[in-house]
Amino acid sequence: MFKKILTSVAIATCLSAVGIANAETKVGFVYVGPIGDHGWSYQHDQGRLALEKELDVKTTYVESVPEGADAERVIRQLAADGNEVIFTTSFGYMNPTIKVAKKFPKIKFEHATGYKRADNVGTYSGRFYEGRAILGTIAGKMTKSNIIGYVASFPIPEVIRGIDAMTIAARKVNPDVTVKVVWVNSWFDPGKEGDAAKALIDQGADIITQHTDSPAPLQVAEKRGVYGFGQASDMKAFAPKAQLTAIIDDWAPYYVQRVKAAIDGSWKSDDTWDGLKAGMVVMAPYGDAVPEDVREMADKVKASIIDGSFHPFQGPIKNQKGEIVVKEGETISDGDLSKLDWYVEGVDGTIPK
Amino acid sequence: MLPRLIKRQSPSKAMVYLSPILALLLTLLASIVLFLIMGVSPSGALHAFFVEPISSIYGLTELMVKATPLILIGVALSLGFRAGVWNIGAEGQLILGGLFGGATALFFYEKTGFYIIPLILIMGALGGIIWAGIVAFLKTRFNANEILTSLMLSYVAALLLNLLIHGPLKDPDGFNFPESRLFSDSALLPILYDGTRLHLGAVIALFFVGIGWILLSRTLLGYQIKVMGDAPAAGEHAGFSHSKIIWTTLLISGGAAGLAGAIEVSGPIGQLLPNISPGYGFAAIIVAYVGRLHPLGVLFAALLLALSYLGGETAQMKLNLPVAVTGVFQGLLLFFLLACDVLIQYKIRTSKKSESTIAPAVKSSIKSTSEVK
Repeated sequence: MFKKILTSVAIATCLSAVGIANAETKVGFVYVGPIGDHGWSYQHDQGRLALEKELDVKTTYVESVPEGADAERVIRQLAADGNEVIFTTSFGYMNPTIKVAKKFPKIKFEHATGYKRADNVGTYSGRFYEGRAILGTIAGKMTKSNIIGYVASFPIPEVIRGIDAMTIAARKVNPDVTVKVVWVNSWFDPGKEGDAAKALIDQGADIITQHTDSPAPLQVAEKRGVYGFGQASDMKAFAPKAQLTAIIDDWAPYYVQRVKAAIDGSWKSDDTWDGLKAGMVVMAPYGDAVPEDVREMADKVKASIIDGSFHPFQGPIKNQKGEIVVKEGETISDGDLSKLDWYVEGVDGTIPK
Repeated sequence: MLPRLIKRQSPSKAMVYLSPILALLLTLLASIVLFLIMGVSPSGALHAFFVEPISSIYGLTELMVKATPLILIGVALSLGFRAGVWNIGAEGQLILGGLFGGATALFFYEKTGFYIIPLILIMGALGGIIWAGIVAFLKTRFNANEILTSLMLSYVAALLLNLLIHGPLKDPDGFNFPESRLFSDSALLPILYDGTRLHLGAVIALFFVGIGWILLSRTLLGYQIKVMGDAPAAGEHAGFSHSKIIWTTLLISGGAAGLAGAIEVSGPIGQLLPNISPGYGFAAIIVAYVGRLHPLGVLFAALLLALSYLGGETAQMKLNLPVAVTGVFQGLLLFFLLACDVLIQYKIRTSKKSESTIAPAVKSSIKSTSEVK
């Protein structure tokens, strides 16, 4: 009798174990903007779709989640619903992610662009500044007014890295370039973004670049007959003439790799910061307006970043006062880049503080 | 001939309170059609929207957490709107309150003391009062339109918060990211129910509903507010001071919004961020009107609006519905609520005969408005 019970328990355990292994893994995503922003959140969603195609997983997403009290509720809900891996894709979700992760130690959390980690919270981000160096090279060669307009979101290190990397690269091919920055204090606000682009063009900028999520600045560039760059995704459809190229965030390989690791048990919390080489940052095809010699230069910059012979932040780098702060032969370390808070020579204005 | 709206002699009191329920039913009907068009099972969608978010204790507490700032601000704005003082900038007053309260919390970082939380709340209210005081001063001294000044001060408040978070209030160990430190435990509102986020602020909000109700129905100030809103000339003739009403209602609504801000940062957020409110100050205007400027109505309206936010999240998770459905849903709800309100207060007449009924209707409307509290 006792044996019988034991065997049936054993069988039941086996069955349930098999059941668990066969059940679809659930993966959750939290986006800061609408998936139709055609920028940041759109690209994360493209990564999610690729993940669904590649692996036998069921994904769930919540879009336009404000970075405040609401984020914690949404993340907690996804965790309570049995999602085994949860990607929280904006900086402002950092503390809510950490808080929820404490309550759900078995669930793996992946937070984009933050710096706080835990045993079950990893972080990831792209080296978008590598793409900025390519944009800078093209912009420096193609500007006639020598003024580049930059529509920026928040003065955080990630955004300042982009501004600096672009300025350094542009002045390398054209020392007369200055970069003007307008802060819109939002990641996604097509109205404000477009207005900022207009203001910059009115101030003489003939190339517009942006670190915000909507195609609005690029559309303004198209309308006003100046050039621009796509941000986060290929925005050519919105500005067929104006887009010279775009920095594309390709999250798909990372999402597939991490979820695979979670399924086979090899997932470990770590910090991933990949760029052109790993394919997390990809460049869109050049626009028709980019001449052959500029394409060659841009390709060269790209190749040298990928093979490691060049770093967008290698010296000599001067600050706004013209003092050399990074000597020839030196490069700003990843640690210092992660908290960068100063402009290089050639950027107009001061960082809002 | 065109249908006309005729003021009812005495709007049914029962209907005034049933209106939200009626509107809810109409919204359900309309959304069933919407969901059918979208190819989603209406029962599943409605379940996700209305039932699932509050089908657990945790969900109910989250509903209250979300509704707390809406209740506080909604009740306070109702007082002003009753008096014809249009404070559109509660968002800015909320931000200032969050800023003052948050700065207080950071000042007492890693210190303990029973006085810290009361001080945070008082400072928060003070922040909102100062911000609304500017509006009251400009209105009474220069007759500056309070709609414009309060709205513009909201943007100033948001930028001020940004400025300070990028500067002195920034987390020194935060890699220059624009966030403050996480507040110490001594600066966080006590949790009422373990394992949830239900905090002391919910009690304060409910308490405030009671205060608002008593103030409006049982005090001279409440009477003055109603008279000044309905018939300013009559009020001034009776010797009520218009500028006193402007100051009082603006400072009350500013204080309440500021308190809501302090509650948000020391409650569910626990630190200062560049965006501490997803537009509660503006949503509370809708709440005030949907609640028909009555504290109890505001309570229901705030819960309803909060539920629609929560339901929107659940509908995304369970049914893959886009976030825009939440907006459509809220719009439908609002439309039907206001439509019900209109039909409760007025009746539709299409025949010519109605002309003759206008005079007595107007006469009685003066009586009926003083009856509705």
